[in-house]
Amino acid sequence: MTIGVLQEEFYMATQTAGNQPETQALDSMVVRFAGDSGDGMQLTGGQFTLSTALAGNDLATFPDFPAEIRAPQGTLFGVSAFQINFGSRQINTAGDAPDVLVAMNPAALKVNLASLSPGGLIIADSGAFTKRNLEKAHYDANPLEDGSLAKYDLLAFDISELTIEAVKPYGLGNKDALRSKNMWTLGLALWMFDRPREPIHEWLRAKFKSKPDIADANIAALDAGHAYGETAELSGPLKQVALAPVPAEPGLYRTITGAESVSLGLVAGAQLADLPMFFGGYPITPASAILHHLVRLKEFDVTTFQAEDEIAAICAAIGASYAGQLGVTSSSGPGIALKTEAMGLGIMVELPLVIVNSQRGGPSTGLPTKTEQSDLYQAVYGRNGDAPMPVLAARSPADAFDVAIESCRIATQYMTPVMLLTDGYIANAAEPWKVPDPSTYEPFPVTFMDELPEGEEFHPYKRDAKGARPWVKPGTPDLMHRVGGIEKHETTGNIDYSPDNHQRMTQLRRDKVLGVDLPDQEVSWGEDSGDLVVVGWGSTYGPIKQAVNRWIEKGAKVSHVHVRHIWPLPGNLGDLLSGFKHVLVPEMNTGQFKTLLRDQLLIDAESLTKTSGQPFQIAELEEAIGNCLDQKCGGRVKVNDEQLPGLEQGYDDGSLRDDHSPQSKG
Amino acid sequence: MNELTKIETTLKDWETDQEVRWCPGCGDYAILKAVQRTLPQLGCDPRNTVFVSGIGCSSRFPYYMETYGFHTIHGRAPAFATGIKLANPDLDVWMVTGDGDGLSIGGNHLMHVLRRNVNMQIMLFNNEIYGLTKGQYSPTSRENTRSPSTPLGSVDHPANPCAFALGSGARFVARGIDVSKNLPDVLKAAHAHQGAAFIEIFQNCIVYNKDVFDDFAKPKGADQQQLWLEHGKPMLFGSEKTGGIKGLKLDTQTLSFEVVDVPDGDGEAAGVLVHDATNRMLAHMLVELPFGAFPMPLGVIYDDPAETYEAVVHEEKRRASKGKEASLAKLLATGQTWTVSGTAGDPV
Repeated sequence: MTIGVLQEEFYMATQTAGNQPETQALDSMVVRFAGDSGDGMQLTGGQFTLSTALAGNDLATFPDFPAEIRAPQGTLFGVSAFQINFGSRQINTAGDAPDVLVAMNPAALKVNLASLSPGGLIIADSGAFTKRNLEKAHYDANPLEDGSLAKYDLLAFDISELTIEAVKPYGLGNKDALRSKNMWTLGLALWMFDRPREPIHEWLRAKFKSKPDIADANIAALDAGHAYGETAELSGPLKQVALAPVPAEPGLYRTITGAESVSLGLVAGAQLADLPMFFGGYPITPASAILHHLVRLKEFDVTTFQAEDEIAAICAAIGASYAGQLGVTSSSGPGIALKTEAMGLGIMVELPLVIVNSQRGGPSTGLPTKTEQSDLYQAVYGRNGDAPMPVLAARSPADAFDVAIESCRIATQYMTPVMLLTDGYIANAAEPWKVPDPSTYEPFPVTFMDELPEGEEFHPYKRDAKGARPWVKPGTPDLMHRVGGIEKHETTGNIDYSPDNHQRMTQLRRDKVLGVDLPDQEVSWGEDSGDLVVVGWGSTYGPIKQAVNRWIEKGAKVSHVHVRHIWPLPGNLGDLLSGFKHVLVPEMNTGQFKTLLRDQLLIDAESLTKTSGQPFQIAELEEAIGNCLDQKCGGRVKVNDEQLPGLEQGYDDGSLRDDHSPQSKG
Repeated sequence: MNELTKIETTLKDWETDQEVRWCPGCGDYAILKAVQRTLPQLGCDPRNTVFVSGIGCSSRFPYYMETYGFHTIHGRAPAFATGIKLANPDLDVWMVTGDGDGLSIGGNHLMHVLRRNVNMQIMLFNNEIYGLTKGQYSPTSRENTRSPSTPLGSVDHPANPCAFALGSGARFVARGIDVSKNLPDVLKAAHAHQGAAFIEIFQNCIVYNKDVFDDFAKPKGADQQQLWLEHGKPMLFGSEKTGGIKGLKLDTQTLSFEVVDVPDGDGEAAGVLVHDATNRMLAHMLVELPFGAFPMPLGVIYDDPAETYEAVVHEEKRRASKGKEASLAKLLATGQTWTVSGTAGDPV
């Protein structure tokens, strides 16, 4: 569900220093706003995102903020950045490398410079390049003056001073005045990309409703930045860039992060199932955002429960399901590990439950703020006993909405726990989303058994055609029964250890999950057969799609298949993949889905792995696809030290500052 | 307990067709019967009653109650019960746990269900041993308990279940003995209490820890060793026949108790303290009373209700939802939105 369906000629937008037309006609740009944590870069990025969306460009963003809660000002680890990739064509990733880097202080420049495209543009606030700030960023000399940035286009001017000038009429002290620096910068960016200022004016007036002076000062700063671009007649690198809108399906759009999307999908799923929702959670990065969103949706009959630990969170959710609500729990790898025993109980007592796993780098505490797809084995196989459970994976922030609904459907229709996999990248990244009409989703209302069928004896484990047992809420007359984790009789549910019964029950539980009705797997991009199919799952969707696209443009017979249903796999997947000479499976792990595909489909799937905690870059996949076409399939992506988010992140408790995310303010 | 319509049942209505599988002579049988006898007296309705348990001998309890029952996983019963009560506060939830289930693997959950004050009855069968796993020492085993895992005697200090409950913020703390005729009264008081009602029941494991509570639980001489507390009544124990009536007197200088003789049974004259079940300080002193020098305090030690967790949660939910339309279409369309008509975006 990304905006735009246009398939345009594809090339990467690059700039070459000193070789630019007056107004650049490009099809995409990557801009990175970077500054100190206190500089308001997330806010700047969020508002620039909105103006980009209003201009009709497609976009993808990625916030990149420090793990430290209150990092010291001006330091390297206190740098906060916001990257946006936008263009006149379909955008699926936040972009490999920025074309424009806005650096509000020396630390921001130092941390982010390596990733800048050769010939890229640096806009720097020279007023913040003081001796003290240079020292904090470990610069021996001022990089704006020592020629070390010669391979880039550099535009350095005193944004600090210009901002102070602009807001002077409003009587703010220097410290307060400098807080509007980000708006000055945003104003300049709006000019650069020919964007209207009015929506930002409106937003500022609404934000500072009770402080009109502050609103006016910020507006003045924004206008001053805009005017600077417009009137300074800069000779040199600053040029207006025109990016045509992407033809998109008419309708209402919004930006959405994965965490928001999962939350909304769960609410929608509960409504479609006609059930109140119970959400049990425990704080963990990056999954907490889902709890934060749902706690504000009480009017949708959502009860949230911050439990004493991960185990209690899932157990309370199962308790709520037992009592007739849709139980949901959410966590990340280590928390999911703690919930494992309770998942087994959920499978044993056959109650609906949705478990959301926002994956992060592992094992153990691993990389709390980095993304990885390494919990697939845990999701599919990671429980004691034969404990089958459907597993689904969202491919993008917007897709997570539909996947959450699908998870609720399977859980309630088949009386089973279901695991929904997202990851740190999906949870935090934002993309445009065409707001769906909820009435277009097929409802799947739950029917509780509330009386004994005429002339029948009550059997709590007697299954329907789908293999699901009846759901009886406590409080129902005459249907009292006991459930538990001990093996139970095939129909009565009474304790039954007999060999024959356990063998049958194991089979019944397996068959029920394998029998979940799934749509056939479709090809996301390309033909139904060919030389190579790139099979992905989860958040690798964007870069795989773009990389496959580049090869299709070059005439290669490459296709992209992106799998939502990890367990069970779609029934036609084996036949579909057998139509290709090579199968390449890029994953942010050491090849877990590859192993599953080999095991289940007996195909020669090749693995392309990346475990640096960073998403795949389009260029990396493009190269790997090329190698595959040259009969050198698979391998490990070489670590790219210049890729962001890089070393500056990652803190052992995984804490993130939520207020860095502009989306969380909506 | 909930204000549900009282219905008439008999003990038989609360029995399942399942064969009870505790060891012959186990104290659990007596507790099961006491519960099955008490529920009809309270007018409880089996359809609205849920027994939730963890893992262990005690946790088999739900299979023998003709109610709704959930035999969950080791130590986690409080979390399941919390989810059940939040989902449907009208259900009458009884939790069954043991010293290992409730204080070892599940100590964390027990603490939190008590501090949150979820409205339910929690019966902790304390037999000071792991029975189902064949006799290892438990967190309530006394020092130097010899067991398969401590052949030289255990070295760690035991936990005190009632002190743990009070320390966790419980608003109802009581003690009973499996075979005691007073157990139904304790259960009734727990059921009448709005909020988490914690009952420690001394339960005799006749296979692995036989008669470990005999010092105070064996019928002979019991009245000299058991102090049955009653709110508003002096703390008296013993009788003329067994060595005299005695009482607990508070020494206000040292803030400690002393045992005094009460020859004529007139507690007031002897300065015996009157039990106030709403006095939390007193409750702390009573649960810490060292047995031996003092009798074992039994019955309702503390009973001072406060607002229940689920009531507060639902009230907050009601208030937060008030006047808000639960329109999914509107919810989806909130945040940073824009409209696309044709090829360009228009601000909204």
